[in-house]
Amino acid sequence: MTLGVTEAQSPEGGLPADHLAETAEAKQIEGRSLGQIAWARLKKDKIAIASAIIILLIIAVAVFAPLIVKLNGFPPDQFNKTNADGSPLLNTRDGGIPIGGLWGSGTSSEHWLGVEPQNGRDVFSRLVYGTRVSLLVALGGTIIAIVIGTVVGMVSGYFRGWVDTLLSRLMDIMLSFPSLLFVMALTPVIADRGQDLFGIPDDNKLRMGVLMFVLGFFGWAYLARIVRGQTLSLREREFVEAARSLGAGPGYVIFRQILPNLLPTLLVYTTLLIPSYITAEAALSFLGVGIKEPTSSWGRMIADASDWIESNPLYLFFPGLALFITVLAFNLLGDSVRDALDPRAGRG
Amino acid sequence: MTESVATAATPARETGRPFLELKDLQVHFPTDDGLVKAVNGLSFTLERGKTLGIVGESGSGKSVSSLAIMGLHKGSRAKVGGEIWLDGAELVSMSVAEIRRLRGQQVAMIFQDPLSAMHPFYRVGDQLTEAYLVHNSVSKAVAKRRAIDLLDRVGIPAPNKRFDDYPHQFSGGMRQRAMIAMALMCDPALLIADEPTTALDVTVQAQILDLMMDLQKEFNSAIVIITHDLGVVAQMTQDVVVMYGGRVVEQGNVRDIFYRPEMPYTWGLLGSIPRVNRGGDHRLKSIRGTPPSLINLPKGCPFQPRCDYQEHVEGHSCVSELPELLQVDTGGHRVRCHIDHLQRERLFTEQIKPSL
Amino acid sequence: MGRYLIRRLLQTVVILLVISAITFFLFWATPANPALLICGKDCNTETVAQVNATYGFDDPLIVQYGTYMQGLLSPGGRTIGSEGSERECPWPCFGESYQNGIPVWDSISDAFPATLWLATGAAVLWLFFGVMLGLIAALRKGKLIDKLSVGIALFGVSFPTIVFGYLLLFLFIVKLQWIPFPDTANAALFTVGPVKWLQFYILPWITLALVFAALYTRLTRANMIDTMNEDYIRTARAKGLSERTVVFKHGLRSALTPIVTIFGLDLGGLLGGAVITEQIFSITGLGKLAIDSVLGNDLPAIMGVVLFAAIFVVVANIVVDVLYAFIDPRVRLS
Ligand SMILES: Nc1ncnc2c1ncn2[C@@H]1O[C@H](COP(=O)(O)OP(=O)(O)O)[C@@H](O)[C@H]1O
Ligand SMILES: [Mg+2]
Repeated sequence: MTLGVTEAQSPEGGLPADHLAETAEAKQIEGRSLGQIAWARLKKDKIAIASAIIILLIIAVAVFAPLIVKLNGFPPDQFNKTNADGSPLLNTRDGGIPIGGLWGSGTSSEHWLGVEPQNGRDVFSRLVYGTRVSLLVALGGTIIAIVIGTVVGMVSGYFRGWVDTLLSRLMDIMLSFPSLLFVMALTPVIADRGQDLFGIPDDNKLRMGVLMFVLGFFGWAYLARIVRGQTLSLREREFVEAARSLGAGPGYVIFRQILPNLLPTLLVYTTLLIPSYITAEAALSFLGVGIKEPTSSWGRMIADASDWIESNPLYLFFPGLALFITVLAFNLLGDSVRDALDPRAGRG
Repeated sequence: MTESVATAATPARETGRPFLELKDLQVHFPTDDGLVKAVNGLSFTLERGKTLGIVGESGSGKSVSSLAIMGLHKGSRAKVGGEIWLDGAELVSMSVAEIRRLRGQQVAMIFQDPLSAMHPFYRVGDQLTEAYLVHNSVSKAVAKRRAIDLLDRVGIPAPNKRFDDYPHQFSGGMRQRAMIAMALMCDPALLIADEPTTALDVTVQAQILDLMMDLQKEFNSAIVIITHDLGVVAQMTQDVVVMYGGRVVEQGNVRDIFYRPEMPYTWGLLGSIPRVNRGGDHRLKSIRGTPPSLINLPKGCPFQPRCDYQEHVEGHSCVSELPELLQVDTGGHRVRCHIDHLQRERLFTEQIKPSL
Repeated sequence: MGRYLIRRLLQTVVILLVISAITFFLFWATPANPALLICGKDCNTETVAQVNATYGFDDPLIVQYGTYMQGLLSPGGRTIGSEGSERECPWPCFGESYQNGIPVWDSISDAFPATLWLATGAAVLWLFFGVMLGLIAALRKGKLIDKLSVGIALFGVSFPTIVFGYLLLFLFIVKLQWIPFPDTANAALFTVGPVKWLQFYILPWITLALVFAALYTRLTRANMIDTMNEDYIRTARAKGLSERTVVFKHGLRSALTPIVTIFGLDLGGLLGGAVITEQIFSITGLGKLAIDSVLGNDLPAIMGVVLFAAIFVVVANIVVDVLYAFIDPRVRLS
């Protein structure tokens, strides 16, 4: 038995037992998939549960808006001049500010959150309908951004070569755009041309579509970069190599093998995008380039209310609060999802 | 050289102890997934001028043990128990401020992966002098001369120029040498080397090991070398500790481990050493199965699920009874196994040895 | 290094050209008839024809783009208007506003200082508070102060600027009246004096800084925690360095490096206009110019502001890359 062993050792050194053990360990961890682990973690996370419940409630409000508004009986676009007992709702001599209610907001048992100055539209009903606009635009924009970003990133990373060069430059350019300015400038221009371009008049349905499109179109580049990087490394992994050597086409590899491995990234990015698009929609409508009258939107309401900040601050408070709670809930849930999907979490 | 500085900072000495003595060291990490029992009852002694090897698969608690000697678990959530006596001072109960004075000076460490163990933003030379300047009140120029001297000694060509390089400009072998030079800046009495050659190719590995032995002779330092490479152990050490799942499963002098090993896990390790003259169907064998989870340590023998010799156990249950680490013969040779001592000797000579 | 810079500058010019082309064609191609935007209510066939001739709207789009770019690229600028009513438009010529005929460059250079003050003041605030809070949180990870910082940061990122800005405005101007209603739309330090200037900018600064401060808190915290888990930090401790040296020399250096990049890009982005903050506090900066031009369908002004903002973003990109190479020796500019 000789022990002069070093000369015969493989350059990598170490014991084969060790390598085997390592791969086996990796398999064991994969056995409980990342999804299952994340789900188990999420279920234990009280903040995640609470924010998920709030989000579900908000979604319910958006979906059942017509039913909810029936509860108080004031359609969101209806101009109200008088109370049920016939007494006037607005002080016509004083610029049309609501009469009575908390801080001159016109809150009452009929108008739970008060009424708009001048028009007397019910704030509660308008808030409820504003939820629809917020969520729809944010969701639509997110889907568009995620789809474009994923496809461009995967194609770029998978095919490499000149395709990658071209698409990477495109990402660079997209990231160099001052995107808020651009979105702001483009939305009304496209909406104005709705009639010519799509045969649709410039109404708020069109505007919502344009907002989704523009937000999505300016939001995909960053995701594409991340996806490209991950695709580059995924395509070198053994299971992809194996499939390719067996003759699998790019379509199969991209959608069946690479895409599933990108899902955690996409999920995390989705949870980031939704609240930022909710904020963006509100901001654009606030600036007057998003949703227009008479459709209600939280951003629009804040812009209108800003004129009454001294006489009727509550009018500003309610849409602000709705916006804040919604964004906070999405951010909290997003944080929890990110932590839950982080393989290092709980160790470090 | 600057030997005398070392003693100034050393707290009250207790004579009659070995230079380094670990007594029942425990290191546990509370995590979200449960308590990770990384080290459970590690004991050994080591004198100056001698080398001790710790071997075991990755994840067996080797690095965690060495960090405990450096006191590097202090300030983290790790729970460290047992005693570590170094040159008459107890380190587990020592405050961070006190142990900080020993680090780099009395005890230094060569880390596992030199690329990640060096700061990417600072020059190699500056990282070397930094270690010297905290413990010695000398000018930067003096420290620089010492660093260049050491870089030269560990075999870095043109050390004057290389002093100003960043770690990423060094090759893997050179980084490891620089790491060693960094550890030697203050002539430490105890040097811990955590897999110092794992990432290197064979020739560089041999050079680095030679270098460490030369330096040991010169400074009479004690070395703890951590490895999962039994070849390194055979070449360098006098004593060996075999760890498995955070526990010592066999320990003794190097001859005990190589010529009279008694624990099936050690047999497995020996069987998986690649070697030239292994012919015929005596091919490289790896130990089947996977290391145990350190969160739910099995009640019985940690090696039981992977052990091929359980049928030789009499009067014990490998599944439910943890074997004790018991002395065999008269020397320091200890084994943790339920199989009878004579039976183990017989198994080794009849079944294992011929196939090695 | 020199060659790298030249290459990057050339790249930048190309990117800017592409952006200008995209912007130009998008905006000029979309409105049904730009002449109608200019003459407005007085439009009839005659006036439209006249406007078309004056502004060259009859030319093919590509020719119009060429003319536009001439104003930006040739040192002499260009001339605007048809024969008889020609005017010099000196470099850099972004054209004339449809709304009031003022050269767009004049409006931009008038508006820029307000945006510059707003953005840089806010940047100082968010950098200071963000990094400090993040650092404290990371070093006291798991403690009360950490949880508090994480909570504050989460609230901060979730506070939409339009909500937070009006909240501040309501609290400090309307309710508490600590700050008077601004009676000017563009307070220059030297004309109004430091007290009024501060009163004018303090709320906008805080408004603009909040979200960034919150983001930087989270970023600094995450970076610092990651860094402190690095092997080289363990090495630093193993040398016997004091914890102060370990944290501030070895830890902070690595943790702050990525923040430099992000800071450069964020500031670059804001110098093109902080639209919402400017709108809330009626500051006549670039953002306000942009939104007013958009609402007034003032194509040359929109185009001017967008291009001007793009220049900042693109230049910030180069500056950050070069800076990064100085900070991180592993990065080689090539
Ligand atoms: N900070 C920590 N927190 C939790 N577990 C840890 C930590 N550090 C090490 N461990 C675990 O302790 C075990 C032993 O690790 P280590 O000593 O690095 O093994 P090795 O023998 O390969 O050096 C491993 O299972 C590792 O996951
Ligand atoms: Mg290790």
